[in-house]
Amino acid sequence: MSAVGHATVAHAHDDHGHDHHHEQTFITKYIFSTDHKMIAKQYLITGLLMGIIGIAMSVLFRMQLAWPEESFWIFEALLGKWAPDGVMTPEIYLALVTIHGTIMVFFVLTAGLSGTFSNLLIPLQIGARDMASGFLNMISYWLFFLSSVVMLSSLFVEAGPASAGWTIYPPLSALPQAIGGSGMGMTLWLSSMAIFIASSLMGSLNYIVTVINLRTKGMSMTRLPLTIWAFFVTAIIGVVSFPVLLSAALLLIMDRSFGTSFFLSDIFIQGEVLSHQGGSPVLFEHLFWFLGHPEVYIVILPAMGLVSEIMATNSRKPIFGYRAMVASILAIAFLSTIVWGHHMFISGMNPFLGSVFTFTTLLIAIPSAVKAFNWITTLWKGNLQMNPAMLFSIGFVSTFITGGLTGIILGDSTLDINVHDTYFVIAHFHLVMGISALYGLLAGVYHWFPKMFGRMMNKNLGFVHFWVTAIGAYGVFFPMHFIGMAGLPRRYYTNTYFPYFDDLADVNVVITVFAIITAAVQLVFLWNFFSSIFFGKKATMNPWNATTLEWTAPVEHIHGNWYGEIPSVYRWPYDYSKTNENGEYVITGQDFVPQNVPLQEGEEEMNH
Amino acid sequence: MTVFLVIIVIALFAVTVWQMSKIFDLSRGSHTDSSQVANERDNKVNGYLMLMFVIFLYVISIYCFWHYSKFYLPEAASEHGSEVDTLMFISIALIMFVQVLTQGLLHWFAYKYRGEKGKKALFFADNDKLEFIWTIIPVIVLAGLIIYGLFTWSDIMNINEEEDPLVIEIYAYQFDWRARYSGADNTLGKANVRFIQGVNQLGVDESDTYGNDDVIVNELHLPVGKPVLFKFRSQDVLHSAFFPHFRAQMNVVPGMITQFGFTPTITSEEMRESEYMVEKVGRINEIRKEKTKELMAAGEVPLDSYEFEYYLLCNKICGQGHYNMQMKIIVESEEDYNAWMKEQQTFGETMAAQQKTKEEIPADLEEVVQESEEVAVVEKKNN
Repeated sequence: MSAVGHATVAHAHDDHGHDHHHEQTFITKYIFSTDHKMIAKQYLITGLLMGIIGIAMSVLFRMQLAWPEESFWIFEALLGKWAPDGVMTPEIYLALVTIHGTIMVFFVLTAGLSGTFSNLLIPLQIGARDMASGFLNMISYWLFFLSSVVMLSSLFVEAGPASAGWTIYPPLSALPQAIGGSGMGMTLWLSSMAIFIASSLMGSLNYIVTVINLRTKGMSMTRLPLTIWAFFVTAIIGVVSFPVLLSAALLLIMDRSFGTSFFLSDIFIQGEVLSHQGGSPVLFEHLFWFLGHPEVYIVILPAMGLVSEIMATNSRKPIFGYRAMVASILAIAFLSTIVWGHHMFISGMNPFLGSVFTFTTLLIAIPSAVKAFNWITTLWKGNLQMNPAMLFSIGFVSTFITGGLTGIILGDSTLDINVHDTYFVIAHFHLVMGISALYGLLAGVYHWFPKMFGRMMNKNLGFVHFWVTAIGAYGVFFPMHFIGMAGLPRRYYTNTYFPYFDDLADVNVVITVFAIITAAVQLVFLWNFFSSIFFGKKATMNPWNATTLEWTAPVEHIHGNWYGEIPSVYRWPYDYSKTNENGEYVITGQDFVPQNVPLQEGEEEMNH
Repeated sequence: MTVFLVIIVIALFAVTVWQMSKIFDLSRGSHTDSSQVANERDNKVNGYLMLMFVIFLYVISIYCFWHYSKFYLPEAASEHGSEVDTLMFISIALIMFVQVLTQGLLHWFAYKYRGEKGKKALFFADNDKLEFIWTIIPVIVLAGLIIYGLFTWSDIMNINEEEDPLVIEIYAYQFDWRARYSGADNTLGKANVRFIQGVNQLGVDESDTYGNDDVIVNELHLPVGKPVLFKFRSQDVLHSAFFPHFRAQMNVVPGMITQFGFTPTITSEEMRESEYMVEKVGRINEIRKEKTKELMAAGEVPLDSYEFEYYLLCNKICGQGHYNMQMKIIVESEEDYNAWMKEQQTFGETMAAQQKTKEEIPADLEEVVQESEEVAVVEKKNN
């Protein structure tokens, strides 16, 4: 049905040429917009704002860790009653850790990353006028916005926001007697996530339907840019796993409010025995990680897609091993749903299950390794254009390798025994999914900024941003491996309450100094981003000389993306530096051939 | 350390200033293009920076391994622990090898193939042989690691009941631990939170005769060289019993009994005298001396000198006191252990004593009362 609708739109454009036949008000254009490009921008800016809050929180608790129980005026200013005399309390420390995790994983790296670029790029790169359902898309964004508001409002609850860790394991998250944040704060957390999941599902279904149905003429699945493959598969993982988190949340709500016992049993707290009987927290862990693990791939796959695309464009080379890249995306997606148990090796589940999950977990290293090698080979003998997006893409591969390798240790049940829940884990997942996915997001912003806002970002500020961030990120997370291997547990309000870890205090100071520098340099990015929206240099249609369809669309945003007919596709998206037998470029004087250019005379098509 | 910090900060500042100056330079001159697309000069500068960056990576790795590897835990104090450590070192050696190699290639290529005008990139889209090679190598290496890991894992987790291990219950609550020894019959009495009352703090079932000889204490004594089987029980929320020095950890789950077994091999005394621990404790005491100076200057109580003890930590977020939930572990010779055990009151004795003299407060309860007061103090402090 939507295909028919779009055909009509196409005709309308043919008839009216450049005229817009819909008068748009401010509200329909900027607020309740159904245009995928506007929705992408809404996702991005909301995601960035949430990112500012999430990162600011991490700076606060890093300060507490470096200078435990010292007084800072900034604590008093920002935390109020939670920092009497400027000293952070243990309750708010746990709350900050929890909300930092939640915001970064879900609101920044799921919605901010996948929401932004899936919305922007799916229609533009497959040659569609818009998403399959613009209305559903709009609802998806506004539910995301609502869930953000609910999550942030939980910060102002009297007993404090949720503070049971972002994994919200019951019974801690179920019992307000156990920790203050498990009262109203937790209720808001759960409501926010329920809304978020609804938003995510609507978005994902829309992406899947759009990719399957609305590809332009000639755009076969094997001619899709890797970005689209990544978004498509990410959406599928989301549809498969997010409902499980919803069920976990619903059962937890029932345990909390209606006296059921899905996750609770035999509890004596604050001098009384609770009536709950027969539930198991381990069940919750299974349900949570059935989403939780695929979630890290929901976060990283879009970043991988963006990086593949940016790397090929800026290397002026095809991505190496396109089919292997697609195959590894599919393999990762499949394996990601059967490895969740590696978060639970020592949860008390049967050790035999631990063996199975070790096996599947280490398997996932294989497609990941293939991807890393393929990216490195893509650089080989290229003609690398060092735009900020390219720098972040190379940075992505670097942090992905560093963080991914330690996964081999954590995925091994034997080794996990002693590094489980220590700083080693923090180092691992921040590098492999946190920093890497953020690099993917930033690379995407630098690369597609001209497409989103019709202007260019300042490259020199981009360079400063990248280099300081790159050094800072390693400065924060590399030393963490070592304090983790020293046996320092995570989520400790202070590490110097008893003397054994006193000699690690210096390392914590180093980490915090790096964290502050790295966070501060993000201000350069924010300045660059917001000022370029208004004052950046006007962009040309195809500033990076890229081949994909979005760069054939006009700079100014129009409803329906292209004037006239939608371009047809005649080739795969990576014809960079392709030469004929005589060694000349296929199109003389131009080292790239856009997808909408038909095969030239004497040109051989790649086997795709 | 401070010097290192200062150097880093200065280096970062220098880079920033240098880049900033470049920006101003560019924005002033009319000779430059303002397309905001990387030009020849950008490619060159960033290419060189890529090379410098991988050197930075190597330096920070070497620095960390050189200065921070001393933080790695001392020699494992349990039988299976040394196997864990061996596997750990093999894995670390392997991943560091791959790390050095791949990071080197990545950044070297970024430097070597930085864009230049007129340069032609190689159209190189596929090579089945190459891809096969780098699929099969990880397969083989990982297969090796998986098999090695799984054998060790099943060795550790499959508890051999025939060795007649000493059965001890580790009991967790917000925010402390208790240990319940199974006594002469080596069988724990039944327990449930619903039996918690008065001095029966762990909810041991009084009608179960197995429980009478159980011994409940707040520090864990273990005879060296004897296999121990721990049964874990929680009263309120999830905790995790983390014995870092023994390479052992298991979650403590309310409503369910989890278990982990190991054999301690090094006594507390031996560990204290090990070269590693002498050095570490020395460092810590150095720090404490410094702090004491500050405290004295402020007119506060000086810190005691620190002496190493094994400990059991909580390693699963369990509430606001999570960071300070620990229990002392003492590994000692069998004789010392037996002597200590003799001094302890059994559960049966405790209950009988309480029954007999209801009017006077039994010593055990006093301890409990005192402790709950301590907890209250901590809570107050935290509030």
